[in-house]
Amino acid sequence: MHTLTLSELAKKLRAKEFSVTELTKSLLSRIEKSQPTLNAFITVTAESALAQAKVAESTLASGDASPLTGLPLAHKDIFCTQGVKTSCGSKMLDNFVSPYDATVVEKLSAAGMITLGKTNMDEFAMGSSNETSFYGPVKNPWDLKLVPGGSSGGSAAAVAARIAPVATATDTGGSIRQPASLCGVTGIKPTYGRVSRYGMIAFASSLDQGGVIAQSAEDAAMVLGAMSGFDPRDSTSVDTPVPNYVETLNAPLAGLKIGLIKEFFEKGLDASVEKLIREALKVYEKLGAKLVEVKLPALPLSVPTYYVVAPAECSSNLARFDGVRYGYRAKDPKDLMDLYKRSRGEGFGAEVKRRIMTGTYVLSAGYYDAYYLKAQRVRQLINSDFKRAFAEVDVLMGPTAPDVAFGIGAKASDPIQMYLNDIYTIGANLAGVPAMSIPCGFSRDLPVGLQIAGPHFGEAKLLNVAHAYQKETDWHRRIPAAFAKEVL
Amino acid sequence: MSWETVIGLEIHAQLSTKSKIFSGSATAYGKGPNTQANLVDLAYPGVLPVLNGEAVRMAVKFGLAVDAQVAPRSVFARKNYFYPDLPKGYQISQYELPVVGKGHMDIVLDDGTKKRIGITRAHLEEDAGKSLHEGLPKLSGIDLNRAGTPLIEIVSEPDMRSAKEAVAYLKKVHTLVRYLEICDGNMQEGSFRCDANVSVRKVGAEKFGTRAEIKNINSFRYVEKAINYEVARQIDVLEGGGKVVQETRLYDPDKGETRSMRSKEEANDYRYFPDPDLLPVEIDAAYVASVKATLPELPDQKAARFAAQFGLSEYDAGVLTSSRELAAYYEEVAKLLAGGKEPSKEQAKLAANWVAGSLAAALNEHNLEIGESRIGAAGLAGLLGRIADNTISGKIAKDVFEAMWAEGKEADAIIESKGLKQITDTGAIEKAIDEVMAKNPGQLADYRSGKDKLFGFFVGQVMKATGGKANPAQLNELLKKKLAG
Repeated sequence: MHTLTLSELAKKLRAKEFSVTELTKSLLSRIEKSQPTLNAFITVTAESALAQAKVAESTLASGDASPLTGLPLAHKDIFCTQGVKTSCGSKMLDNFVSPYDATVVEKLSAAGMITLGKTNMDEFAMGSSNETSFYGPVKNPWDLKLVPGGSSGGSAAAVAARIAPVATATDTGGSIRQPASLCGVTGIKPTYGRVSRYGMIAFASSLDQGGVIAQSAEDAAMVLGAMSGFDPRDSTSVDTPVPNYVETLNAPLAGLKIGLIKEFFEKGLDASVEKLIREALKVYEKLGAKLVEVKLPALPLSVPTYYVVAPAECSSNLARFDGVRYGYRAKDPKDLMDLYKRSRGEGFGAEVKRRIMTGTYVLSAGYYDAYYLKAQRVRQLINSDFKRAFAEVDVLMGPTAPDVAFGIGAKASDPIQMYLNDIYTIGANLAGVPAMSIPCGFSRDLPVGLQIAGPHFGEAKLLNVAHAYQKETDWHRRIPAAFAKEVL
Repeated sequence: MSWETVIGLEIHAQLSTKSKIFSGSATAYGKGPNTQANLVDLAYPGVLPVLNGEAVRMAVKFGLAVDAQVAPRSVFARKNYFYPDLPKGYQISQYELPVVGKGHMDIVLDDGTKKRIGITRAHLEEDAGKSLHEGLPKLSGIDLNRAGTPLIEIVSEPDMRSAKEAVAYLKKVHTLVRYLEICDGNMQEGSFRCDANVSVRKVGAEKFGTRAEIKNINSFRYVEKAINYEVARQIDVLEGGGKVVQETRLYDPDKGETRSMRSKEEANDYRYFPDPDLLPVEIDAAYVASVKATLPELPDQKAARFAAQFGLSEYDAGVLTSSRELAAYYEEVAKLLAGGKEPSKEQAKLAANWVAGSLAAALNEHNLEIGESRIGAAGLAGLLGRIADNTISGKIAKDVFEAMWAEGKEADAIIESKGLKQITDTGAIEKAIDEVMAKNPGQLADYRSGKDKLFGFFVGQVMKATGGKANPAQLNELLKKKLAG
């Protein structure tokens, strides 16, 4: 049953081919078996998952089940889960048990989904390889020597290895799409404001957005619909109705105008990746779409802009981790300063410290205008680029990442090389537009992702476009050999 | 050499919203530590602020009352610094775009002239928590009940030239925020407090001197003392050939002095930037108009009306309008005295004298607010009615007032039971005069031989004989006649 998508699982649960408990147990066993090699989870909530399964079974029997009732999922460990450790991949929160549920968790639990556990991630979502996690790197299920991407590496690896049918994730600069690309799964980062950030531990508030990593666009549509919507507890969530994403999945693509981002094909893109992207575009042409080249001239500035804005916000967002009220606290502090310095010095990892320092610097008196303000202006330009593009085309397409997955340790000592991995994904965060990554083939036996971006609140179109491709191809159904068997 | 003092005030007024500015916790004062701090106040991972619209409404109300521009778009910013009573590691405040822009406030100086004090801006922000040290050896406790309580910080221009002016301005703002019902004004509990920026310069100099900021002064008296101390200190430094350094100082009320807290060099770089968790506050004309419609009659408007309508002096009008409740009490007394009609100038003046005089003194003595007065408006009007209809004299009325205050009875009951009714019967007064004249032949002779001053002696004697109840006007008239022979 591990090879089944959510919609298939839902049908079979209702047909009583297996029970929710059986499904849950099977997945828990896969998680347990894969943990030593894959390291995709930080916490497994077996007991409560089985309890939720029992409840789901009676809900299904009673007939007032939601389409998601009884379907298991994993939450990225950035989402607060009541009574369960919520570490955000950091030593700082290794001892933190959240007293409340994030809105996303609350909504999906209310829809009857079963929480299998919390997935591994880069510390505080800062990283593109999952190597910054306090809990050790997650491995890429396609090759255990390689990184799964990050920061939602645990979620992407878990879905790729089919140890969780679907997982929540977050994306600040590509943290859903890049690992989805590197692991050969489908990931969607919705419009900024579509999904509540309440209970999602903040990295960069103006960029962070929750989303889904799934086996298919259809699965992503099912879960995204249930987790989206206005939340009075998040002032930046937008009060606009949530469409039924599943209903529009099969809309015809004839006449669809696809914009190819010229700048994304100019340099730094691996030739084999480019070839696969071009082949995917041909599939769309066959489906009746038109390809147009579009220019987003400010887009190449997105990496430097991002690495001013995101660290600035993180330097402030992470100030609350001070050893006073919760989380890691240094032993025997001499005085207040010592408590602060050692708790933060010992509790945060190197990448988090690097970004806090960068952020503190760019906000400092005398540097604010030159860095933070200028970055905000460039952000406006990037925003305008997207706006202009979407006046011409329905969706934008291009690669998700410049290359396939790289080796663990290969870029760990070179932050700039690491940051460049997000060169194609960051723009959507800066502009707040929705974007997704879908598997579009393999290079060197490793998955490659096609990125699709749309205008604000264009999720339904994105999912429709992705689903149309997935009806024509089976890249998204490929499972890594090491995880192909039902019992691991 | 003569020096000029330059003062600007930053007033922090806690807004009397029921819940905090960015969370649903209650704001009530005096509850057990951390019982009014929820996950948002405690800055738990993942929580987010949500703006309390009521706080914005109150700030707008203030802006309108000081004739200021209400910003169509204002932005919350983060002020970053580490302190245990600041759980997020930043305070949400407003920086470049405050909700209230330039406005002003008029104060009355000692010589009766008016002076306009400029208000630079007023912005919304959250209060911090409190550190507790008592009973916690070698530890500090943190109480976050106050964390997130809404404040408006009202920043003045450096327009004040003496501690007295500063106090007058502070009092005026204090009166205003209570009129507007946006702040309870309780200085002891810290709901209304101020920082004073103080500098001195040579008279005639154009440039301001270097200023020191005195932090967190929480009484009118301390503001005056702290500023005067600081001015004297700065003059001393300058006259001794030294330089005033820009720094933050703390006023110690026990020692009556200010002392250095931190210098400019030690000051934090707060790294302000717009808070990405909160949307800009957009305020349109319709909203401003709707708030404007809720504005009460403001202190200055009320004082002007009292002066015009009741013929009160500017001073009396000022005193009587120093709080909305006092003004209402006064108006009620005057109206009841006039039998529910528009009071005459005499009635209005009588009521003014008593409310601003004996009543204010009694309240002051017992440290009571007007709402807690032991004599209600009807009671006082009853007493004043007996003065107006000559039942008792003003002097006897003071005794009746005291008895009313002590016993909580009506004026009439006290006048009746103590037999204080004024003697207005001409015959009875004449009889008493005759007796006094008969008893004091020597003084009578002296008076008649030209010692006019003895008139007072005879008034006193007759009053004594009548137990103070003789109608003073009648007594004067009759006595003059009789003494003349």
